Amino acid sequence: MFGWEFPPHILGGLGTASYGLTRGMSLQPDMHITFVIPKPHGDEDQSFLKIIGACNVPIVWKENNWDYINQRIGFQMNPDEYFRLRNGIKYDFTRIYTNDLGCVDFSGRYPDNLIEEISNYEAVASVLAHQPDFDIIHSHDWLTYPAGVFAKQISGKPLVVHVHATDFDRSRGQVNPTVYGIEKRGLDAADHIITVSNLTRKIVIEKYFQNPKKVTTVHNAVEPLSHVDTFKKTARKEKIVTFLGRITMQKGPEYFVEAASRVLQKTKNVRFVMAGSGDMMQAMIDLVAKRKIADRFHFTGFLKGRQVHEMLAESDVYIMPSVSEPFGISPLEAMQIGTPTIISKQSGCAEILNHAIKTDYWDIDSMADAIFSIVEYPAMHKSLSELGLEEVNNIRWEDAGLKVRSIYDSLIK
Amino acid sequence: MRNICFYFEIHQPVRLKRYRFFDIGQDHYYYDDFQTEDTIRYLTDNSYLPANQILAEMIRNTNGKFRCAFSISGVALEQLEQYAPEVIDSFKELAKTGSVEFLAETYPHSLASLYDMNEFEKQVKMHADKIESLFGKRPTVFRNSELIYSDKIGEIISKLGYKAILIEEAKQVMGWKSTNYIYSHPTQSKLKLLIRNFKLSDDIAFHFSNNSWHEYPLTSEKFISWITSLPAEDNLINLWMGYEALGVFQRRETGIFDFIKALPYHAMENQINFILPSEAAKKLESAGPINVSYPISWSGTGKDISSWNGNDLQQEALNKLYAVSERVRLCNDKPLQHDWLMLQATDHFRYMNHKDAFGSHYDTAYEAFMNYMNVLADFLERVAAQYPSNIENEELNELLKTILNQEITIEKLETELKKLKTRKAKNQEV
Repeated sequence: MFGWEFPPHILGGLGTASYGLTRGMSLQPDMHITFVIPKPHGDEDQSFLKIIGACNVPIVWKENNWDYINQRIGFQMNPDEYFRLRNGIKYDFTRIYTNDLGCVDFSGRYPDNLIEEISNYEAVASVLAHQPDFDIIHSHDWLTYPAGVFAKQISGKPLVVHVHATDFDRSRGQVNPTVYGIEKRGLDAADHIITVSNLTRKIVIEKYFQNPKKVTTVHNAVEPLSHVDTFKKTARKEKIVTFLGRITMQKGPEYFVEAASRVLQKTKNVRFVMAGSGDMMQAMIDLVAKRKIADRFHFTGFLKGRQVHEMLAESDVYIMPSVSEPFGISPLEAMQIGTPTIISKQSGCAEILNHAIKTDYWDIDSMADAIFSIVEYPAMHKSLSELGLEEVNNIRWEDAGLKVRSIYDSLIK
Repeated sequence: MRNICFYFEIHQPVRLKRYRFFDIGQDHYYYDDFQTEDTIRYLTDNSYLPANQILAEMIRNTNGKFRCAFSISGVALEQLEQYAPEVIDSFKELAKTGSVEFLAETYPHSLASLYDMNEFEKQVKMHADKIESLFGKRPTVFRNSELIYSDKIGEIISKLGYKAILIEEAKQVMGWKSTNYIYSHPTQSKLKLLIRNFKLSDDIAFHFSNNSWHEYPLTSEKFISWITSLPAEDNLINLWMGYEALGVFQRRETGIFDFIKALPYHAMENQINFILPSEAAKKLESAGPINVSYPISWSGTGKDISSWNGNDLQQEALNKLYAVSERVRLCNDKPLQHDWLMLQATDHFRYMNHKDAFGSHYDTAYEAFMNYMNVLADFLERVAAQYPSNIENEELNELLKTILNQEITIEKLETELKKLKTRKAKNQEV
């Protein structure tokens, strides 16, 4: 598998989904997964799969002795493996800048020279593709499509492309032609395409012109939350309604502010929280001031790790008014903690959730109505909380893993 | 002698419009008249009118031997009067034949029998008045909304003077007993219980046009042969269904009207009679008492009342609603009283069912709940505005009585005063 992120060092939902899916798949006894990421930190959980750092794979032949290799990258990779991989170098990549081991230094993030990193990653894939021991190539998200395609061309093994998002989601339709090109080539070359929701499936078919027969939806799931009991809700007079995520165009933060101002016209018993950061944060602060609700509307800035769950646990309502969300795992996390959620119908997770309120992202009246109901009517809160928890506990990665497996089986035979 | 007892139900709720929380306190009109009218017109044209016509024809052709009963809720009658008065006329025609009986029920098709017995009695009387004023005859047989029944409900109904009540074939109370007899209430032995034949009723109402059903196609001949093959002692087959079964659930193209039309001939060939519920209660002997300690209904696999009050949402809505019933009865604000009835229809609560929201036009149970609760919030504000909510009901009752008595005394004194004045004036003249 080619991926870009893997917990614990993650930047977005991709890492979480990669982890959950591979863990779910690893429960099948005859499944061996090798997961390639640009730059591992050495503290990844490798109990159920093998992680290879692209930054440790030589793409240019350099003579080094065993001890030196061990000293350099021994904490992440067995030197024997280094030498084994080195035998896979069949092309001349001396044009690429490499270090003393013949490897590329990846940032493992989303740097400005992202396109260059993607193509270097492709070079790494060519080396890996010459290893004999795999049956399927599985690429996660557009950053790794070129790598997957190259590996397929070399090895002739089937390629599965996993679409976690498309550029149409990220840009509200204003796609970047370079990115679209990379995505399109990857999807065209794939033997099968997995999308995280029917919403994404539709985009892949309609905007990337793919044959519907080779596109299958496998909905994401959510890892069981450990230590649920340690998150406590403080008793308070006022209710808390929370938006949590990147404050960007894609997430529809302005609709949340508008809905908040409607609710506050009717009841003063509520506080609104916008947690996270992003390029629209300033604009949102301005909007809140303009609507004269700043005394009831709070910004927390970026939250991470445990803080996220603490915030969710303290909330009476979690809201995700995304304009376009391929899946959206955070409502599931909120439900795990027993927080009622409101999601937009334009979110992939709306396809599998029954015990969450669904509204159109632009329908601020309906959104305000839903917030008001949950805050005012205890039965509403109770039902959403209890039945939502029950529902989300039945959405398991293991089942998603089985679906992916059946796609593999259909490709191999 | 074997008897078939037909009864058709008509009930349609008044649909609530999309009512947002910012409408609370601003907008006191809750109904979506367009949708309501649309539904009623659709049902009228596809089911009520053509079916009435067929039934009238059947009664004529059999010299009144074909007989059937109707139960039309007060809410439905109001809607018909407003949007399809020709249906009311057509029912009046049917009533004149003498072969048709109208049953009593709760005026708004409510769950009052489970939540508030005073309200229940009031609604039953109200409905009987309405039926009498329209069709000229006071009902003697009772059928509760959704066939909800328990011993307690039976007792009240018997005290109100009804001779029989219609109930559902529920396994938990019937056990091995056959539905094809008449039974009685355990303590009020005068009250007869008629039990719906669940299988044969649903065969007509739901399976008739289902071509994957192993008995498809169902002909009148076949249907009657099932009845003749029943044990010889079975004397009463109760076929009860929603009237929409004729023409909407089973569309005209399926041949449902021809099926119904042919039934009397095949029945009479086999010496099977048609009978009205009130006649059955009078003529047939009770086969014994039936105990029903927990309420049953004609809905769901459990045949219980969980379809309407099984989850937290439904319970919250019902409790909030019935908490003010006494208060509403004290008011004499006409529009308020009317809204009170409309909000009690069972359908509103059925829509809040997560699994089985029969007939719902909402996407989810939560949406149904949100909308209803917003309407209810406005309604409760109006109730509170009538009398201050910090006064207890009993106290309020006393106060109202005093006010009423005062008015009467004042009136009395005034007439006396007038009398004295005229006398005085006369005296002066003299």
